[in-house]
Amino acid sequence: MIQYNRFVLDNGLRVLVHEDTSTPMAVVNIMYNVGARDENPEKTGFAHLFEHLMFGGSINIKDYDEPLQRAGGENNAYTTNDLTNYYCQLPAQNIETAFWLESDRMLSLAFSKKSLDVQRKVVCEEFKEHYINKPYGDVWHKMRELAYKVHPYKWMTIGRELSHVENAQLEEVKEFFFKYYRPVNAIMVVAGNVKTEHIKQLAEKWFGDIPMGDKYERNLPQEPVQAAARKLEVHANVPLDALVKTWHMDARLDDGYYTADLLTEVLGGGGSSRLYQSLVKEKKLFSNIDCYHFGTVEKGLFAIDGKLVKGVKLEDADNAINEEIQKLQQQTVSELELEKVKNKTESVIVFEDMSIMSRANSLAFYELLGDASLMNTELARYQAVTAEELKQYSNDVLTTANSNTLYYFSN
Amino acid sequence: MLNRKKSPDILDAVQFDLQLKPANHFSLDNGVPVYAIDAGAEEVVMLEFVFYAGNWYEQKNIVAGTTNFMLKNGTTTKRAFDINEHFELYGAYLNRSCYNETATLTLHTLGKHLPKLLPVIAELLAESIFPEEELATYKQNQKQRLEVNLKKCDFVANRLIDEYLFGFDHPYGRYTSIEDYNSLQREDLVEYYKKYYKEGKCLLFIAGKLPADIAQQVNAAFGTLPLNRKEIVSPVHPVQAAAQKKYNIINDAEGVQGAIRMARPFPNRHDPDFPKVQVLNNIFGGFFGSRLMSNIREDKGYTYGIYSYLQNHIHNSAWMISTEAGRDVCAATIEEVYKEMQILREQRVSEEELHLVKNYMVGSILGELDGPFQIIARWKNYILNGLTDAFFYNSLNTIKGITAEELQSLAVKYLNPDDFYELVVV
Repeated sequence: MIQYNRFVLDNGLRVLVHEDTSTPMAVVNIMYNVGARDENPEKTGFAHLFEHLMFGGSINIKDYDEPLQRAGGENNAYTTNDLTNYYCQLPAQNIETAFWLESDRMLSLAFSKKSLDVQRKVVCEEFKEHYINKPYGDVWHKMRELAYKVHPYKWMTIGRELSHVENAQLEEVKEFFFKYYRPVNAIMVVAGNVKTEHIKQLAEKWFGDIPMGDKYERNLPQEPVQAAARKLEVHANVPLDALVKTWHMDARLDDGYYTADLLTEVLGGGGSSRLYQSLVKEKKLFSNIDCYHFGTVEKGLFAIDGKLVKGVKLEDADNAINEEIQKLQQQTVSELELEKVKNKTESVIVFEDMSIMSRANSLAFYELLGDASLMNTELARYQAVTAEELKQYSNDVLTTANSNTLYYFSN
Repeated sequence: MLNRKKSPDILDAVQFDLQLKPANHFSLDNGVPVYAIDAGAEEVVMLEFVFYAGNWYEQKNIVAGTTNFMLKNGTTTKRAFDINEHFELYGAYLNRSCYNETATLTLHTLGKHLPKLLPVIAELLAESIFPEEELATYKQNQKQRLEVNLKKCDFVANRLIDEYLFGFDHPYGRYTSIEDYNSLQREDLVEYYKKYYKEGKCLLFIAGKLPADIAQQVNAAFGTLPLNRKEIVSPVHPVQAAAQKKYNIINDAEGVQGAIRMARPFPNRHDPDFPKVQVLNNIFGGFFGSRLMSNIREDKGYTYGIYSYLQNHIHNSAWMISTEAGRDVCAATIEEVYKEMQILREQRVSEEELHLVKNYMVGSILGELDGPFQIIARWKNYILNGLTDAFFYNSLNTIKGITAEELQSLAVKYLNPDDFYELVVV
């Protein structure tokens, strides 16, 4: 049970405080309700590029990192399709430094031309390092475009192409900032060796006078229900054939999300999972295979991906996956198997909660979803899933019509 | 009116009186030394066996790594599937890793499940059989994985730079080929297992919110195994560094980035310069605010990231600079690295920068001491390197006390371009 106190400033900034006196550290986590899904389709990768610019100096402070490091702290940030999150950790005595830094960059960035010029290049190198200069680096670009026809989950956070990042303009940066990076669209979590009363004072002092901004009302095009199976074949300069399959699954707060999550564990969670045991160990069709999903806020993708043993045909490997799915559709999983995936989920939650950084991040995410207290009911929602529901879900979701299949051929 | 230009007062991290929580030390009945840290609020336990079974001891390439990996692939009473299912049923993770001197078997679990898990770990350490079919599958899949990795410039660069530094016949410099997998035999593993695991030498590290009877639990499970009876003879492996210093490799003609590695030999942790150079390294390329990152990423935009570090080896270390940069700016990146070395040799670090780095380093250590797993990791590092907590306090005092003058003389001593290997893999 994670305890926290919550208050809202007059400008709409939501603040959550999680006190933990067993650590000498404090974490300040600020989550903005904007991600790659909110981008213009012709200017993808912008939310992530913007995240880089948040370190390029704010209106009153020329450098974000330096004063934080001087206070004994460190920081990082990440952007997903759903949100952008900034976090720093520092000795609890120096927490006000984090308030000073974070509030100034929420007040306004410096909008430096130099920072934009440099970070465009840095992000292009990031793009190359992870998605161009790596074998199979473009798999998810292709799969997302296959699976989504309308919804902005069809592009990756890094962006659809390098030119989108290269063409970003300073005016767009300003617009983006004042549209999304306002107190009313932000959640701040402070965790660690802190007192709520003190955090209240600091929050008022540093964030209280920042203009509220307009609440961002998200209105994204919804993906129509997929009616027929989709397939794509790609040939690339890679050593092994690879197979990727996805199905549209439920959104983060739906009951089906928890069922889907447990199903990925049944299929792909570890050395005793079905796909690994059957397709890697027994049938020797794949040299590795994984099953997972992306934990997205809106309806996401349930994925299976693997690389084939040389000499195996993609069709045969595909059929073998479909056979495993049919088993799930026809037979209920055993009590033991269900217990196994629930125990694993419990462990994951407990291990995650060990660090205050992770606790702060989770609290912010659940608050973004609508209610931070959801964090404390997660385990119960997993525990409530039955074997019958896993079977039903396999029949409803892991269907041919709902599937997207990518054959990635080695040249 | 709030003055947003003025930073709030800070407490200098260098003023903090950091303490390393002592590890509780005891031995099992068979003499296996145990180090334990009881801390934390969550009901979790980590238990790590460290065997002297790294590739330092192998006669034939990849025997150590394969033996370590296959500890979970079958015993006299259990198939690989049964073993995996057993640990996963309790939501536990059993991982293994092979390093140069050591190889580990690590359990992460909720404390309540320990009684169900420890006996099975004991079985893996006493009765692993390395089934032929499991080995065949492993070899096939590893060969495929290697083929994919060999397409990556960073993977290729990491292998080659170590070979230049230490020589291919040294455990730090050796790497794997398809041929190594082909020639690997089950008997190699069985023999290695018997000598370095079943009758091998090990230490046990435990951390987390420990049950009151943890000592009895581990002793009951592992105290009668035939471990630590014999001293392990540590072979001598002379370093044979390459004569040629500069290399340009084309691994992928269409590559859009190059993996740059620059490195020089460096002594191990027992050298008095080691803790001092840790500070110099931080300034040079050790953290986000370093000179290399500020110049090559934050000013020039040549790379997504550039870091320097001292390699984590027990016998000899190396000082390494590592980055992936745009193909057309690799040469410019290398030039900037040498420029930064020159500046450190020729100009003293300002008091302001030194103050920042000292506070940052002490703050980082404070953060790293937060939690039982982090504390035991630090102890493990000291013990395996033949150090005590005196190293911790000496390092802290070094960070707090080192002067700009000392840092400059260290730069003059170690940051000479002529001493560095230089490699670009496109």
